[in-house]
Amino acid sequence: MFLQGYLPSILEGAVLTLKLAGAALAVSVALGLIGAMFKMAPSRPLRLLAELYSTVVRGVPDLVWMFLLFFGVQMLLNDLCAAMAWPAPDIDPFVAGVLTLGFIFGAYMTETFRGAIMAVPKGQMEAGYAYGMGPLRVFFRITFPQMVRFALPSFSNNWLVLVKSTALVSVIGLNDVMYRADAAKSTTQEPFNVYMVVAGLFLAITTVSNLLLRALEKHYATGLKESEL
Amino acid sequence: MIDLHLIADKLPAFFGASDGQPVMSTSDGLLMTLQLLALALLFGLALSIPLALGRVSKNRLVAGPVWLFTYVFRGTPLLVQLFIIYYGLSQFDAVRASWAWQYLQQAYFCAVLAFTLNTAAYTTEIIAGQIRATHWGEIEAARAMGMNKWLMMRRIVIPSALRRALPAYSNEVIMMMQSTAVAGLVTLADITGVARRIYSDTYMAFEPFLIAGALYLALTFLFVALFRSAEKRWLSYLAPRKS
Repeated sequence: MFLQGYLPSILEGAVLTLKLAGAALAVSVALGLIGAMFKMAPSRPLRLLAELYSTVVRGVPDLVWMFLLFFGVQMLLNDLCAAMAWPAPDIDPFVAGVLTLGFIFGAYMTETFRGAIMAVPKGQMEAGYAYGMGPLRVFFRITFPQMVRFALPSFSNNWLVLVKSTALVSVIGLNDVMYRADAAKSTTQEPFNVYMVVAGLFLAITTVSNLLLRALEKHYATGLKESEL
Repeated sequence: MIDLHLIADKLPAFFGASDGQPVMSTSDGLLMTLQLLALALLFGLALSIPLALGRVSKNRLVAGPVWLFTYVFRGTPLLVQLFIIYYGLSQFDAVRASWAWQYLQQAYFCAVLAFTLNTAAYTTEIIAGQIRATHWGEIEAARAMGMNKWLMMRRIVIPSALRRALPAYSNEVIMMMQSTAVAGLVTLADITGVARRIYSDTYMAFEPFLIAGALYLALTFLFVALFRSAEKRWLSYLAPRKS
């Protein structure tokens, strides 16, 4: 039997990996939008904060962040709870993985969205304000739909890097595809087959993502083609 | 909260000094990271120039396999590639019996091999993109001078493409530098490996990984500065005109 019946387990792990990547993407998009707004905010402390976030996070490897946040924050929480005489909290590895990856990729998304927002002509937003829209409404009705086109190439790249980074999350004990592959490797004594299957799964995820994102890019570029002709 | 004594105590371990534990070698820590990076970049760049020429070739039998190589290596995580080479290849008796086994059983060799292939895949695409973007005037001029295809490639296309690849390549170098952190997961004592060893010795997580993070951050700034001056040297003709 192929992989001695470990294939379903690895596939389950891949589903968890995909869920993790999707949830982390949502967190990183939210953080990225906030970061981009802070970077362009009139307030200097907010700009500095966003600058610090995007520089420091992007300057340190994902793996080191995972160790630092997962083990460090857990220890901090334990110390805190011990000092307060509370029972020690049990951090769910999935939530920890989502938050850690989301925090890291939020920094990359900050840069993506900042560039994209700056690429939208200012007159568009001014027209929105002239119609009496509030800042939030201007953002969601005018800025956001137009910035997507500029953000997509870099966004796609970030997503692909994020998917590949999820492979590292098994170090914090999540039951993901790498964790299950490790178990399968030890039992089956077929490490090559196991990791080739894992590589194939990742390749499938990146291939499908590429196709979807290319379709999305085409969709958001529809208005552009006419003007280019 | 953060134990400064522990930081002062363990800092030398990141620079190859003994931290009271038996050291594997004096190249532990920073030096190991730089070694892995330098070897991977050197071999990776050497591989990627011929591969980039293959990638832009009109012959599908040449361009196809190169496309497949870059597609597979860019579409899968580096950690999986490293595990396939380090753990995976031992599955085959033929590999274990061959002369290559003396190298393939070393984590160091496997890490350099995986990093080399990975960076070669990304760099190939970067250089191939720039070769395709070569201005047609340069090629016409080379033909008008009577150069044949290879002379034109060697004297005109490749030098020009390599210069223009510099900004994208600087990103790749910094990404690769950060990616070498996974070497710490296959027993190697690079910056991350040393931090992990201190963590498992002391059960203190913040201090070792803060040092590791600070070292990587410093390296990132160093590379950004180096590439900025390299761009000034080799790409100044493309810089925006000063008013």
